[in-house]
Parts: sequence; C-alpha cells; structure tokens
Amino acid sequence: MAPYASDENTTAGEGDEQRSGRRKAARYVVPVTVVGVAAATIGLVPALADSGDPDLPKITAQQLIEKIAKSDVQQLSGTVKISTDLGLPDLGGLESSLMSGAASPDEGGSSADPTSKLTELASGTHTLRVALDGPEKQKLSLLENAAEYSVVHNGKDVWGYDSKSNEVYHGTAAQGPEHEKEQPPATPKDFAEEALKAVDDTTSVTVDGTAQVAGRDAYKLLIKPKQSGSTVGAITVAVDAKTGTPLKFTLTPAGGGAAVVDAGFTQVSFDRPAASTFDFTPPKGAKVTEEKVTEEKAIEEKASAGAGAREHAEHAPKAGEDLGKGFGGLDGMKTLGEGWNAIAVLDTGGEGVPSGKAGGDLGGFMNSLGDKVTGKFGSGTVFSTRLVNALITDDGKVYVGAVTKDALVKAADAGK
Amino acid sequence: MSRADVVESARPVSPLWTFGLLRNELTTTFRRWRTLALLAVLAGVPVLVGIAVKIETGDGSSPGGGGGGGGPAFISQITNNGLFLVFTALAATLPFFLPMAIGVVAGDAIAGEANAGTLRYLLVSPAGRTRLLLTKYATVVLFCLAATLVVAVSALTVGALLFPLGDLTTISGTHISFAEGLGRALLIALVVAASLIGVAALGLFVSTLTNSGIAAMATTVGLLITVQILDQIPQLHALQPYFFSHYWLSFADLMREPVYWDDLAKNLGLQALYAAVFGSAAWARFTTKDITA
Repeated sequence: MAPYASDENTTAGEGDEQRSGRRKAARYVVPVTVVGVAAATIGLVPALADSGDPDLPKITAQQLIEKIAKSDVQQLSGTVKISTDLGLPDLGGLESSLMSGAASPDEGGSSADPTSKLTELASGTHTLRVALDGPEKQKLSLLENAAEYSVVHNGKDVWGYDSKSNEVYHGTAAQGPEHEKEQPPATPKDFAEEALKAVDDTTSVTVDGTAQVAGRDAYKLLIKPKQSGSTVGAITVAVDAKTGTPLKFTLTPAGGGAAVVDAGFTQVSFDRPAASTFDFTPPKGAKVTEEKVTEEKAIEEKASAGAGAREHAEHAPKAGEDLGKGFGGLDGMKTLGEGWNAIAVLDTGGEGVPSGKAGGDLGGFMNSLGDKVTGKFGSGTVFSTRLVNALITDDGKVYVGAVTKDALVKAADAGK
Repeated sequence: MSRADVVESARPVSPLWTFGLLRNELTTTFRRWRTLALLAVLAGVPVLVGIAVKIETGDGSSPGGGGGGGGPAFISQITNNGLFLVFTALAATLPFFLPMAIGVVAGDAIAGEANAGTLRYLLVSPAGRTRLLLTKYATVVLFCLAATLVVAVSALTVGALLFPLGDLTTISGTHISFAEGLGRALLIALVVAASLIGVAALGLFVSTLTNSGIAAMATTVGLLITVQILDQIPQLHALQPYFFSHYWLSFADLMREPVYWDDLAKNLGLQALYAAVFGSAAWARFTTKDITA
C-alpha cells in the first residue's frame, strides 16, 4: 500500500497519469462487484432453492381428500404467512373509526378481544404463528411491528393478549372450542376444511401435481367450480404428503390477477411445542377484560355458524363497514341456488340500506362505492369486491354471493 | 477484499502498531466535546422517557393513551417492569438519535482530518491508506456499540430507579426470568449496534468524498432522513426491503417466544451488505484520491 500511496503524490508525466487513472477506475470495480454479487444472490438463491417439484407416488383426488380427513396431527408449530386481497375499497382511517365506533359502546373496547382483532386478517399480508398440542392447547399469534397479539387456549381458559396496549381478554371454558370456530379461519387447515365443505357435484376436484411447501413434500389439490357465474376461479390446497396436513391454501378469483387469499406455512414442525408456550398469566398491570356474551354477539355467532369459506370474506366487510349490524340482526335469511353459485338473500323490510337509514354523509359515501343497476326487480346498488358481490335493491332486499354481478341481477329478477 | 492490501504493505508493520493507531483514534474520538455531547444527549433520552411515563402514570392510568398503543414500542409495559425502558429507549433512539450520532462521527472521520489539515500527516506515518481507513471504520463501529450501550445502561438505571424490576412477560405472552430478560436486553443492544454499521459505512464513504467535515456530516444525516421518509411511502414498497433502515425495528423480534429470526437475519444481512458496498467504495475512493490537505 505504502508505495502506491507515495507514488500518487509524486506522480509526474502523461503516461503515469493515464495508468494511475485506469488503476483508480479499477478500484471502483470492487464495490460494483459486491453490488452485482449481492443482486445475483438475491435473484438466484430463491430460484435455486426451488429445486423443482418433488417426486411422489401418484394419488387420486379421493385418496387425497381421505388423507386430509384422516389426518390426525395433534402437535404442530409453525409460521404462517397469509395475504388477503379482497379488493375492498380502501377506507383507511374511516374504517377503523367506524369499527371502534361500532365496537366500543357494547364491548368495552378492549383491543385484546379476539373477534375485533382477527378481522384485521381480512386485508393485507400478515405473519402468524400457530402452535397446537392436542385439543386442549392451542395458540395463535399475530406478529405485528414490535408487538404481538396472541390467543391462547389452554384447558378451560381462552386468553387474548395484546402486547402493544398491554391488554388481556379472558374468555371461559365451555366457550373455548366454539370460540375458535367463531374466529375467521387463519391456518391453511382452517381454509382447506372450509373449502372441502363446499365440495359437491358442482365442483371438480383433481390432484394437480406436487410442490414443496415449507421444506416439505406436498400434493396439490385443485378445487374448481363447474358452474359458470362464480367469482371463484380455483382453490389450490397443498397437502403434506406424510401427515395429510394442509400446508398452503390459495384462492384465485375467476377474474384473474393476484390470489384473493393465500395462506401457507413458511416453516412448520410436527414436534410437540414447549409446554410453556401455552402457559399464560396476565402480566402485572395489564388491563383484563372478561368476556361478556351480549345478545348481539350471540346472534352473530349463530349467523357465522353455518359459514363457508365465502362467509369469511363476507365477514370482513361486515365488521369493517357499519353494514354489520344490519346483516347480523336479521333472521330472515334465505339461500338461492346451490354450490358455488349460492346467493344469500336478506330482507331488511325497509329501505335500501345505504340510501335509507344509514343516511346522511355515510349514505352518500356508500352510494359512491357501489354501481347503480336496474332490472326487472326494480333498481338497486351493487357493491363489488374481488370475490363477493352484493346487490342491495331499493326496496331493501340484499343479495350476497361469491357470484358475478349478472348472476346477482338474474337472481333478483327471478326472486321477483 | 481490503485485507489483501494490508498484507501488501511495503514495510512490515507490527500489529501492535495498528493497535496503537486504533487506540489513538479512539481516544481522539471519545475525548472530543462533540462526541461527549452526543453521548450525553443519547443518555438523556431514556431519562426523559422514564420521567414522562412516571408522571403520566402517577395517577394509576396506563401510558400510551390507554388502548391506543401509541408511542414507541413497549412503552405500555414500562410501569410494570423497568427493564422495558431499555427496549423503549432503544426503539425511540434507533430511528433518529443513534444514526444521527453515528452520521456525525462517521462523516467527520476522514473529512474532518482533511479539513483540519491533519490527514496528510497521518498518511506520512507508516500507516498506509487502507489501514487508516480500516482503523477509522473500526473506531466508528466501536462508537456505534458505545452509543447503544450508553442508551441501554442509562435506560436500565432509570428503569431500576423509577419502576419495579422482576420477571417479565415477552410480547408473545410467555414469562421469562429477570436474568434471561437482562440477557435479551444485552442481545438487543448488540443487534441495535449492528444495525448501525450500514450507516457507519455510508458515512465513511461520504466522508472520503469531501474535504469538509460539516458537509460530510450534513450529507450523511440528510441521506438518513431521506431514506427514513422514503421508507414510509407505500408506493415504494418494492424498494423498501433494500433500505438500510427498513428492518431496524426487527430487534423487537428478540422479545418474542420463540424468537422470530427471519427479519433479524434480513437486517443483519442488509447491514453487512451496506458495510461491504460502501466500505469498499470508501476504500476505492480514499486510496486513489489526491490528498491535498
């Protein structure tokens, strides 16, 4: 180094200068190379790691479904990445203000309440951690920035803990398992079960090759609606070849584009999780909210009891927008059609929801989100998302389903 | 890559000499009033946070505005366990105070010497440019560690004085003992210090570009602010994983049970990449530039 350095300070003559100029430039090759190598590594490693689809013995769709049904995984822990893109209008701050407005008066506004917290999953990308040890012990954590929201079910207790606000929600024993069901599905297994419920003669189910998920060999089960008119394009479930546990769930819309729901393990282990994982005692000084079963909540529970995968999607705008109460309070719900094209019909008996009672600025705002349609049934407003469409007629009927706009209008016409 | 150059040095220089150079640099840096003032400001942040939380919760209410969960991470847990003040203080200083201090020290490293006219005397001594640069970078990295530890120790002291200590609850809701909590706090401080080596390399590179110490500091701190702002713009989400500040707050993942390593690994990898790119760029610039001052 030293000779070079002194050389530079005493340089004289054209040739020397040119040479040193070239050498100067050559040194910058080093940082450029580092950038290049880094870029290549970032670009290539995922491609190399994707070592192709594993070779697994052939299996029929029927056998695979049986495998899922027989699967009896009692111990599991892992990380799940879930992305949802329902194409809901971006309500931003308005959404949360509506939500808190709707939730706080009757529920004490605990941010640790599982029902209010897990509806966050309805949009964006989230990382979850799950741990299971038998039917008595489950834990689900939603990883947030420098905070975490956990639901722990251990024996007769259900705890919700929000580390950001240091609030604890406590539910009790008997409600435990039911409680779990009431929550929106979060793991690939939950989604797969919901999807398989919908399998009947309106559905084609095939095995679509194999894949690697979270480092494990898996079969891919492809579920497709046979009828046209559904907004569901296809559902793919990756099923672990050894244990039959669904590892990845992808729902793509008929309209193309990114998946509406994409939930998959990024890391999974079938060993027994540490017992301490399920031990929860409220930290000192945390605000503990005990569960209250209000009448409204009971109705909501009833409404979501007969839910399918589509209901989940429906659940989201329900909680997000104030429509929730209108939907939840109704018991005159009918279903038109079957299989994937089923449409739920609600009769609010009054005026159309957005232009009527909700009234004022909100009404106008809601109208601006929907499209006006007319048909034999009269006129109404269609609210669309990428998966679920809803038609609210001016005489107060609500048609909701995972079907196209035209199918909704047709159903409304037929219903007249 | 720069190791090769150290070996290529003309005169054999004893390793002791390098150590002497480093020690010399360290005493010069840490004796400066500017450095001491920066460290004092950093030590003051946890004191302010601690007193503010103490006053706010004097009437028994919870900090962070109740259920809002506002403010820096972990702030709602401080009243129950003083150890959380360490995490809160690091979360509060990491976005700006700490990197700004690093930017000042790193920006000054070469340009400051050039500005004061001492750089060529340093090069006259049998140090060699690469060795001098490495020494400067080592000094800045040690300053990163010192600055982080100052924040952590100050926060721990204030936390112990104002709030109770004891077993703590991780953000996953599990319990760990106070000793393990202290261990994690130390680990977090090390991760935070490591999060700053990217900025340190960037500052050093900027410092080789100019002969004005002030210009180098201003540029480094300006870049820091710009990147932090860009990191908030949703339209740039495709680029954001490559910003050096993007994974900074991942140190909080050490408080999960089990620890979630993905983002931590990304953060450390990214810092190493920044150190390699800007370190080698600084080397390319510094070893070829004409030293006139």
